[in-house]
Amino acid sequence: MTKNIMIVGVGGQGTLLTSRILGGITLDAGYDVKLSEVHGMAQRGGSVVTFVRYGEKVAEPIVEEGQADVLIAFEKLEALRYSHFLKKDGVLVVNEQRIEPITVVTGAAQYPDNIVEGLEREHTVYKMDAMEEAKRLGNSKVFNIIVLGMAARHMDFSKEAWLEVIEKTVPPKTIEINQKAFLAGYGA
Amino acid sequence: MLGNEAIARGAYEAGVKVSAAYPGTPSTEISENIALYDEIYAEWSPNEKVATEVAIGASISGVRAMASMKHVGVNVASDPLYTISYGGVNGGLVLVAADDPGLYSSQNEQDTRCVARAALVPVLEPSDSQEAKDFVKFAYEISEKYDTPVIVRTTTRLAHSQGTVTLEERMEVEDKPYERNPGKFVMMPGNAIGRHVYVEQRMKAMAEDGCGFAINKAEYNDTSVGFITSGIPYQYVKEACPDASVLKLGMVHPLPRKLIEEFASKVDKLYIFEELEPVIEEQVKSWGIEAVGKEIFTLQGEYSANLIREKILKEEVSGKAPAQVPARPPILCPGCPHRSVYSVLNKLGIHAAGDIGCYTLGAVPPLNVIDTTICMGASISTLHGMEKAKGKEYIKNWVAVIGDSTFMHTGVNSLMNMVYNQATGTVMILDNSTTGMTGHQDHAATGKTLKGEIVPAINIFQLCKAMGIEHVVEVEAFDTEKLEKVVKEEVARDAVSVIITKAPCVLLKGNVFPNKCKPVEDACKKCGMCLKPGCPALTKNPDGSIAIDETMCNGCGLCKQLCKFDAIETV
Repeated sequence: MTKNIMIVGVGGQGTLLTSRILGGITLDAGYDVKLSEVHGMAQRGGSVVTFVRYGEKVAEPIVEEGQADVLIAFEKLEALRYSHFLKKDGVLVVNEQRIEPITVVTGAAQYPDNIVEGLEREHTVYKMDAMEEAKRLGNSKVFNIIVLGMAARHMDFSKEAWLEVIEKTVPPKTIEINQKAFLAGYGA
Repeated sequence: MLGNEAIARGAYEAGVKVSAAYPGTPSTEISENIALYDEIYAEWSPNEKVATEVAIGASISGVRAMASMKHVGVNVASDPLYTISYGGVNGGLVLVAADDPGLYSSQNEQDTRCVARAALVPVLEPSDSQEAKDFVKFAYEISEKYDTPVIVRTTTRLAHSQGTVTLEERMEVEDKPYERNPGKFVMMPGNAIGRHVYVEQRMKAMAEDGCGFAINKAEYNDTSVGFITSGIPYQYVKEACPDASVLKLGMVHPLPRKLIEEFASKVDKLYIFEELEPVIEEQVKSWGIEAVGKEIFTLQGEYSANLIREKILKEEVSGKAPAQVPARPPILCPGCPHRSVYSVLNKLGIHAAGDIGCYTLGAVPPLNVIDTTICMGASISTLHGMEKAKGKEYIKNWVAVIGDSTFMHTGVNSLMNMVYNQATGTVMILDNSTTGMTGHQDHAATGKTLKGEIVPAINIFQLCKAMGIEHVVEVEAFDTEKLEKVVKEEVARDAVSVIITKAPCVLLKGNVFPNKCKPVEDACKKCGMCLKPGCPALTKNPDGSIAIDETMCNGCGLCKQLCKFDAIETV
C-alpha cells in the first residue's frame, strides 16, 4: 500500500531538507519512492508544497486531494490551505507558527483566527510551537526537524533509522543539533 | 534522483563531451549536475540560441553534445534548431526542452512538441527519472543513426520529481572524424533544398521504425478501455486505471502510426491522455481512428489521476472543498535590492516596462511599478516602441527595468537598437550580480563560469559606454536619496540613458548586512511608511505600531530610511 506524505510551508522554511531526509529513509528501507517538489518563482515567501510517496511500486509522483496519510505543516495557515488533501483518517502535524502572507500585511486579506482549533474538530492533529522549542535548543533553524520528529511517530520507521538518515543527510557540523531536534519532536 | 539530475547522468553515460545552456526553471539543474562531471565541458551561455549553436558546433566537430533549456528558451533557440534539422549531425546532438504545464515559473504554457513538429525534429518523452536517463542515451543513438538532432521533452513535474535510478558506466564514444561537408552544413538554398527532401524521408523512416522502438510499448490488459499516453500523464493512467490497456509512447514525434493503429483496433474505447496541446490526438483522429481526448480533458495545466477518476470512472473525487484562506504569493525577499529600487519608482509615479526575473514581482501590490512583461529582453524594446508610437514626452514617466543576467541574454540587442534609432528612454539595469530567480547562476558579467573558474567579467557600464551612450550612471541600490535624484534627471533627459543599480542578491552566499533593523521603543507614529514597500519581515502589532521579525530581517535598512521619525534603528 502506498503511503502519501505532504510537507507544506512557506518558501525558505526548509521543506527541501526535510523531504530529502524523508526520501532517504524510505529508500534505506527498500521502498520504491517518488518525491515531487515545486521550485517556485521567487526564492522565498511563497506557499510551497512537497509530495513524498513510498510503497512497493509508486506510479504518480504527486499526492492528490483526499489522499494524504500525513500532512506536515510548518505554518498554521498552510496547514489550513492544504487540509483538504488529508484522508479521512489522515494525521496533521502542525507547527503553530504564524507567518503573515503579503496579502495580510497589506490589508487585502485577514489571517484567520483559531486555525488549529478548527482543524482539530475535523482531523487528528499533533501540534507544537516548534520555533520556540528550537530556540530553547539554541538554533532556531532546526524547527523543521522538530516538526519532522513529531511526524515520524506516524510513519513506519524506527527511531534509530531516522537518526541514521539525519546523520547522512545534514551537514556534518549540524548532525548533533539536528538529531537533538528530531528527538525533541519525536518524544513530544 | 531528480529528473534533471538523471538527464545529466544520461548525458554522462552517453559519452557527451560538450554541454551548453542558459538557466531557466525547470531545466536549470541539468547543467548544474552536468558541471559536476569532469569528463564534460559545460558552460552557461548568454542565451539559448548561443547555447544551441555551441552544441551544434561540437556535434559538427564530431563529439556528442547537449543544449538544455526551458520551453520558452526553445523559441530563442529556434533559429538554429529549424536549420540544423536540415543539416543533421556528426556527433549526436540532443536538445532538452523543459515544458511547464501549470505555469509554475513561466510566462506561458507552450508545448514544445508543436515546435518540434514544425522543425521536423523527433521528440522523446520520459515519464520518470529512470527513463529520463535511459531516453537521453537512446536519443544519442537515434540522433547518429538517423542524422538528426533529437529533442528530449520533460515537464516541471518530471524535472523536479525524484525517483530511483540504476546507474551505469560512461560509454567510451570515439570522436567521429571531421570531414568538410558543405552540402550538409552550409545551408544555402542550393544545399538546403536537397536536405529538405532528406529530412522528410528521415521523419517517415523514423515513424516506421518507431513501431519497433522499445520505448514505444503497448501494455495489453483489459481491452475494454485503452489509453494512448506519454510522459508524466502515463503515471496518472497507471495510478487511476492499473488494469486498462496502455500504449505508452516514448517517442511522441514522429508517431509510430502502425503501432497506434494496431493498438486502437484491439481496444473498445480509446482515450488519448496528453497534457497541453492535442498533438497526438489530432494526428490519430486524422487517420480516421475514433478516440476521446480534449473533449473531456483540459488544454490547460497539469493532469492528475483524479482527472481520470472524475472524467472516465465518474468517481466523486473532490471530497472536502479547499478552505478559503488568504493567498500567499511569492514575494521579494527581505533585504532584496529590487524592493529599494521599486519603492523609489513607486514614489515617483513611474511606469516600468518589465522583464523576466524575480523583479517581475514589482508588478504586484504594494509595489505596482511594472506594467508589462513579455519575454527575455523585451523591456527595453517595448519601451522603445512606446516612444516611437507616442513620442518622447509620453515616456517621460517611464523606464525599462531589466536584470543583469537578462540584459546579457537579449537585452543588449534592444539597447543597441535604442542607440541606433535615436531613442530618449531610460533603461534601468538592476544588477544583483547573479541570475537570481533560477537560484544563483553565473553569467558573462559575474566573472565566474559554470565550472567555477574565475574569469574576466564583462563590465556592463563599459559595455553601455562602448555603444556610445553618453549618460550611464551607477547607483547603489539602497541609496534611495541618490537613486531618486538620478531617476528624475535621466527620465527628463532628451537622450537615451542607462541607470545601473548595484547591490548583490541578498541570498547570495556571504552577502549579509551586518546589522538587523528593530523598532525603537514607543517611537512609532503608526504612519505606515515603512510598510509601503511590502517587506515580509515587517508586520503591524495589534496597536498599529510596527514589529520586525528578527529571524526574517536581513538588515538592508530600507525601512529605516523610509521612517521619518527615527523609530527604526539598527541593532
